[in-house]
Amino acid sequence: MNFIPLDYEALRLIWWLLLGILLIGYAIMDGFDLGVGALLPFVAKNDDERRIVINVVGPVWEGNQVWLILGGGAIFAAWPALYATSFSGFYLAMMVILIAIILRPVGFKYRSKIADPRWREIWDWALFIGGFIPALILGVAVGNVLRGVPFEFDDTLRVFYRGGFFGLLTPFALLAGLVSLCMLLTHGAAMLTLKTDGPIAERARTYGRITAIATIVLFALGGLWVAYALDGYVVTSVQDVLGPSNPLNKTVVAKTGAWLANYSAHPWMMIAPVLGFLGMLIAILGFSGRLAWITFLGSAIGILGIISTAGLSLFPFLLPSSLAPNASLTVWDASSSHLTLWIMLLATCVFLPIVLVYTAFVYRVMRGKVTTASLGKNPNAY
Amino acid sequence: MIDIDVVTLSRLQFAATAMYHFLFVPLTLGLSFLMAIMESVYVMTGRDIWRRMTLFWGTLFGINFAMGVATGVVMEFQFGMNWSYYSHYVGDIFGAPLAIEGLMAFFLEATFIGLFFFGWDRMSKVGHLAVTWLVAFGANFSALWILIANGWMQHPVGSTFNPDTMRMEITDFMAVLFNPVAQAKFVHTVSAGYVTGSMFVMAISAWYLIKGRHIEFAKRSMAVAASFGLASALSVVVLGDESGYVATENQKMKIAAMEAMWHTEPAPAAMNIIAFPDQAKQDNSFSISVPYLLGIIGTRSLSTELPGIVNLVDSAKERIRAGVSAYAALEAVRANPKDEAARATFAGKWQDLGYGLLVKQYRTDVENATEEDIAKAAADTIPNVPVLFWSFRLMVGLGFYFIGFFAAAFWVASRHKLGVNRWTLWLALFSLPLPWVAIEAGWLVAEYGRQPWIIEGVLPTFYAASGLTLWDLSLSLAIFLVLYTTLLVVELFLMVRTIRKGPHDRDPIEDTSPAHGASILPLPATASPRL
Repeated sequence: MNFIPLDYEALRLIWWLLLGILLIGYAIMDGFDLGVGALLPFVAKNDDERRIVINVVGPVWEGNQVWLILGGGAIFAAWPALYATSFSGFYLAMMVILIAIILRPVGFKYRSKIADPRWREIWDWALFIGGFIPALILGVAVGNVLRGVPFEFDDTLRVFYRGGFFGLLTPFALLAGLVSLCMLLTHGAAMLTLKTDGPIAERARTYGRITAIATIVLFALGGLWVAYALDGYVVTSVQDVLGPSNPLNKTVVAKTGAWLANYSAHPWMMIAPVLGFLGMLIAILGFSGRLAWITFLGSAIGILGIISTAGLSLFPFLLPSSLAPNASLTVWDASSSHLTLWIMLLATCVFLPIVLVYTAFVYRVMRGKVTTASLGKNPNAY
Repeated sequence: MIDIDVVTLSRLQFAATAMYHFLFVPLTLGLSFLMAIMESVYVMTGRDIWRRMTLFWGTLFGINFAMGVATGVVMEFQFGMNWSYYSHYVGDIFGAPLAIEGLMAFFLEATFIGLFFFGWDRMSKVGHLAVTWLVAFGANFSALWILIANGWMQHPVGSTFNPDTMRMEITDFMAVLFNPVAQAKFVHTVSAGYVTGSMFVMAISAWYLIKGRHIEFAKRSMAVAASFGLASALSVVVLGDESGYVATENQKMKIAAMEAMWHTEPAPAAMNIIAFPDQAKQDNSFSISVPYLLGIIGTRSLSTELPGIVNLVDSAKERIRAGVSAYAALEAVRANPKDEAARATFAGKWQDLGYGLLVKQYRTDVENATEEDIAKAAADTIPNVPVLFWSFRLMVGLGFYFIGFFAAAFWVASRHKLGVNRWTLWLALFSLPLPWVAIEAGWLVAEYGRQPWIIEGVLPTFYAASGLTLWDLSLSLAIFLVLYTTLLVVELFLMVRTIRKGPHDRDPIEDTSPAHGASILPLPATASPRL
């Protein structure tokens, strides 16, 4: 592929970064939608308040969810082995997420079409589940990636997953799930302080402070666990960073604390966990000082830091195998071909900036607080 | 070894979720353009009834769109969940159009759909009109990329098998992009969506006219739908995707099965109008046919032969023999990856590898396949002929009906007789479900007719499924059936309720937008007290 100006190694690294950017983009953009959904029963006490909360995210959640769709598509296109292994291995967990994701659009759209309290209560539950479940389970999934997942390949690279659904619910994975849940609840609460007034914003501040503190404590606990109790993985053979994407050409061993190796080798990477803590701290101060924009910025920085911490700890692993460590997927042996990575990079460079511009435009048009009065004027409001 | 029950349940689940998703997509494709047309008329004429039309059809659009979004995520995740070997084997090619669909099309549609519903009093008229058109274009770009992906499953171009990674890899992205099958399918599928949207507007408006409600609203809606529907119905049939079918061997098998043509006939072949195909006997127990017709339509010539099913099975045997040899060549490369001679041998044979994999259903050591295995594998290349034959006839019959229906409606509309001609109204009302019947029949022809291949000629379906357990699949299938059935009932209930309530006869929104010609920028903050 002589006409491609970037070599295979560089493109694989770029796509590892882009994978991170897409996941962080999803967590920041759709994360507050999930958080707001999960906070719905707690911050809103009557139907008017619930409508305000729902309409905070109503106009934008559909666009935000495309980050998840794009994340899925990008993993398929750039990391097909990762897509095939994780989506089929986590089969029932994916089903649980899908149920939540199926309920969400209909919850938003159908809830306020009928003014019957029982009807609305059903959809409020759907919106709560649709926010709470993905926020928790996606974190559990990351916890399992850090623990290693029991999969192996046969010699035709057909993947076999040797674990059940309940095997995913280990204490460490649940801890990771709680970090994710608390972090997105904080982000949702931050959004509510930004877009609402009065009692809803007050309750959001109270809950947001608690969940931000919980995020810090749980994230620190996770760090200690990773350092002293959790097996990380180390590649023990030399990997050909320009070689074909075949995960069976290397050797890997499990070693406690190995996920911290990158931080001792490259101390600058410590910036990721620091941002995780710092962002959440800023969010706490923002909640207390009633600085809505600072709060939101803080929780976004916290999310960026926490997800980057997981990604940098794993590098170069994408999905380690606890059953057959040598079959683990890494950045250097699980990507698509050189040409596909290049074409996808071109497509991303052209379209992602355009997406960001029109997303910003939509937020600008929809700016301002959501109030009962603003809803009353719009027959399309949820 | 491969568990055929798991494969069968995986196929059933994919078919159920895809066909269900496709109840909502065509209406989104069609209705979005109809709304954009109506709103354009509003902006050009300033007559408020056109805005109320956009709002009302927009409400129904929203109810439908929510279901499309809910069921669409499932489609994207299912390849990895249920078809993990497929995802590994062709993800290098198939993943790209899916990702670009998200990036270029679905982002556009989903971001602006919020403004479509929430932006009416926050934007200028022209600004909001632009949003509506962007939603419509986003929806249709989505269809383009999905059909580029699907077109590659039917006619896999621009790629090669890499023995080092044990998968197909892209060699020519432009060939994938401009795949003739994908282009034909795109036009065919979106046109079918436009017909669906038009029929939806026709039928509901007809109901209002029958009831004597919202007369001006209904007449205008029908006039738009009749003209858009006529153009689309012609496009569906005339630009139908038959042209794309001639491209490859397996598409020939699909045509032969659709036409229940068991034996090659002298060109031009006769077309069976009615037939009772008997899959076991490999013949039709009864048929009525028109001489020459199929040859002329199918090949656009008088001298090109169309091969029959039995003859195509014979050619499949040849390719399976070649495939067994390709498989042996691949084994040689894998035994010693540094053997350049073995690589060269395989490079000359890889095109038949997929046919070799057909034997996997009968033995794991493909290289030792017997003539009996090869005969069985070749027989597997015949899709279900009776189902294809009748679904195809159902689809085509309805396609011609739509041309007639919309032509009649257009004629009535252009003579301003829409409220007078009551038979047109009842016909429109009872035709409401027909586009969906035609579309699902079309899906069966295209995808069920592709069997036994998941990627035609490259990867057999049974070989592509995930190694899940029967318990996993029974549970997920049960969840989908219960959840989808419940949601469909709720959706139809809300649709009917909204239709019964009918459009607002007065303006539901205070018009706060500036006059004509305003830019698409939002109002300045100081001018809007709600901020």
